[in-house]
Amino acid sequence: MDDLFALTLSTLAATIRLATPLILCAMAGLLSERSGVIDIGLEGKMLAGAFAAAVVAAVTGSAAFALLAALLVAVLLSLVHGFACITHRGDQVVSGVAINIIAAGMTVVLGNAWFGRGGSTPDLSPDQRFMPLHLPGAAALRDVPVIGPLYADVVSGHSLLTYLAVLLVPLVWFLLYRTRFGLRLRAVGEAPAVVDTAGISVVRLRYTGVMLAGLLCGLAGTFLAIAQNAAFQREMTAGRGFIALAAMIFGKWRPWPAFFACLLFGFLDAVSIRLQGVVLPGIGTVPVPLIQALPYILTVVLLAGFIGKAMAPRALGTPYVKER
Amino acid sequence: MTKAFRPATSAAPDPVPPLEAGRPAVELIAIDKRFGTVHANRGVSLAVARGTIHGIIGENGAGKSTLMSILYGFYEADGGEIRVNGRPTPIRSSADAITAGIGMVHQHFMLVDSFTVLENVMLGAEGGALLKDGAARARRELERLASEFGLNIDVDARIGDLPVGDQQRVEILKALFRHCEVLILDEPTGVLTPQETDQLFRILRALRDRGVTILLITHKLKEVLAVTDHVTVMRQGAVVGDRRTADTDAAELAELMVGRKVRLDIDKAPARPGQAALMVENLSLIDSRGVARLSEVAFALRSGEIVGIAGVSGNGQSELLEVLAGMRAPTSGHIRVGDTEISAARPADPAGMRRLGLAHVPEDRHRLGLVPGFAAWESAVLGYQNDAALGGRFLLSHRAMQQRCAELMRDFDVRPPQPLLGSSKFSGGNQQKLILAREMVYGPRILLIGQPTRGVDIGAIEFIRREIVAMRDRGAAILLVSVELEEILALSDRILVINQGRIVGEVAGTDADERQLGVMMAGCAPDQPPHRASGAS
Repeated sequence: MDDLFALTLSTLAATIRLATPLILCAMAGLLSERSGVIDIGLEGKMLAGAFAAAVVAAVTGSAAFALLAALLVAVLLSLVHGFACITHRGDQVVSGVAINIIAAGMTVVLGNAWFGRGGSTPDLSPDQRFMPLHLPGAAALRDVPVIGPLYADVVSGHSLLTYLAVLLVPLVWFLLYRTRFGLRLRAVGEAPAVVDTAGISVVRLRYTGVMLAGLLCGLAGTFLAIAQNAAFQREMTAGRGFIALAAMIFGKWRPWPAFFACLLFGFLDAVSIRLQGVVLPGIGTVPVPLIQALPYILTVVLLAGFIGKAMAPRALGTPYVKER
Repeated sequence: MTKAFRPATSAAPDPVPPLEAGRPAVELIAIDKRFGTVHANRGVSLAVARGTIHGIIGENGAGKSTLMSILYGFYEADGGEIRVNGRPTPIRSSADAITAGIGMVHQHFMLVDSFTVLENVMLGAEGGALLKDGAARARRELERLASEFGLNIDVDARIGDLPVGDQQRVEILKALFRHCEVLILDEPTGVLTPQETDQLFRILRALRDRGVTILLITHKLKEVLAVTDHVTVMRQGAVVGDRRTADTDAAELAELMVGRKVRLDIDKAPARPGQAALMVENLSLIDSRGVARLSEVAFALRSGEIVGIAGVSGNGQSELLEVLAGMRAPTSGHIRVGDTEISAARPADPAGMRRLGLAHVPEDRHRLGLVPGFAAWESAVLGYQNDAALGGRFLLSHRAMQQRCAELMRDFDVRPPQPLLGSSKFSGGNQQKLILAREMVYGPRILLIGQPTRGVDIGAIEFIRREIVAMRDRGAAILLVSVELEEILALSDRILVINQGRIVGEVAGTDADERQLGVMMAGCAPDQPPHRASGAS
């Protein structure tokens, strides 16, 4: 019984940890896509952000500078996306794919050139990283039954960026539904001509949405490289940007449902790690690749069957051109 | 029989306020605008007196919408000056126009469907970074405007759930909420029933009486005569006439618009209907989302008559045409053409229907009527490309096709008569004439026509309507679908009224009048607002 409880706690803690980059990227995608710009380049921006964070942390030794570098690089990439798609009305999917390819290639090339470790960056010491925080009272409360371990092992002990990610969900919700900016952002994703005739700049709004997405991808990258791990490895995002995109669609472009979708995917990820090597009665050892594929299989099943018609912002993917 | 352009009885013009009252609210001076080679506005000058309803009338492409887009800051003029209240006011963006007190109700409503009325009204005038305070203020202001102008509306309703008439009111409320003193309405009545149009005109008069200046853009002479105080006529980008509405009439305005005398009425002998050419029995259509588009539609179409289908757009007319033309299979019921029966079990295809002698001039000519990227001679044979005279089933003879196109162009007065020109380079009226020619040349027994004169100039309208009547007199059975009641009334021998996919009434063409049809089109008593069929586009 105690074992099961401990297992549950550690799985939940892993869920939150694994969901963190998903939550950050899903909120990023949400802000971009609500403005009408498809963001398939979440993956690339996160990867570039992770690389920048790891490099700057290794060189300067400062996690704060690393974070700033990651934000800067990811926002620059989002500006490239904006320049192609908003200013020049290019195809948003093509531009996003291009960003993913650039990020995958450049990080390896630069990493090799600078550090010569096959694309990885040097290992970081704890003071160069975002380490787990122990919330006040975690140690004292540990002995209280149920609530104590839950607080100490699940709620406490995550990095600052994880807490930030969770806090961002209500923040994004508030921004979207309770502020002037949010009203305009939602409007520009639905009907840019309406926004234009209301005397508001479509271009500026969309750039803002895209750049906010860049910022959050930078946070996600930072988390991967210098909080969850202690160095950058080539292609370390491993499709998380796409899973986040799926979670956002699964959540129908709404912050809370997208958040829960991220938790679900994080949970599957955590379970798949736990299941490796476990012998299930009647089935035997579950093949590792199958377990690892579980989140992706579920994504396909959920997207194909269960959420029904996804209600995308109506103007998503369409560049705004004034009619003659 | 003279039916066209009869003013609705309830909408007689009000007495004209003296134009000398005050300075003009808006003056446009020598406005000039080019789009590439098209000279859309040629030195247009216009003065609109405060507190009047000023009509701007002209054919499609006369430059009225461009002019208003310049006034609303959507485009910037190449030359000229805009004065508001006598002061030169440069307007470079919609924001400038709003600041200058100019509001606009666009032809395609500028509303976010998924937003509530309140959110739509607030967008761009939120009154603070957080929505909370502004929302309370906007709510109060909307209540005040509603009681002052009779613009009642549920502010928490989603726009997409509202009927078009209500959506238009939201557009007007949006402008009033921004304290507009000049309100531009671009073709506001195209999507309204006659009753909704009357309501709109009542609102416009109420606004005028409280000092709002109204600019009404339309191509409908009847409406200009019914509601305006003053009217400016445009043709080919220039102002060709400026009249007090009380001093002019439909014939004069039409002549100014077209540049020559126009026969507004159609000489039409009484129909001599023969055998039933097309029988429709219990026809129903349920779309992929489970919405009933057509419910137990039944009628007979006889040779030598024109049957008009009247209805507010989106009530199943388009689906009816698609089913009859063989583009969609019905869910139940059947269609009989001669000895052939078409049903859900035995659906037809458009080519099969053509072989049965049924031709179809589709509603949306850009999507279904021709291929915009094709040259005219290619578009001119679509659907008939297997004709042996054009080369047969496997090969196409370019020479024969171009020859055919040239003949069609000559017979139907398509201008310019150049088969090699791209289909999209022709004006709406000339594209329509080409499609009509293509469908009529084989002498079909049954002709389905959707919106024959949508986006077509008055001059071409006259021609197209005469051809339709001539076709009838040669013995064809013609089914006419149009959202223009005036057109239905002018052409039809019998009128069927459709509402939410049901035929709700039948009237003989000679007995029909607009008010009676309007009530039937709304599908309910006139005091209830008609609702569009859900999900109609």
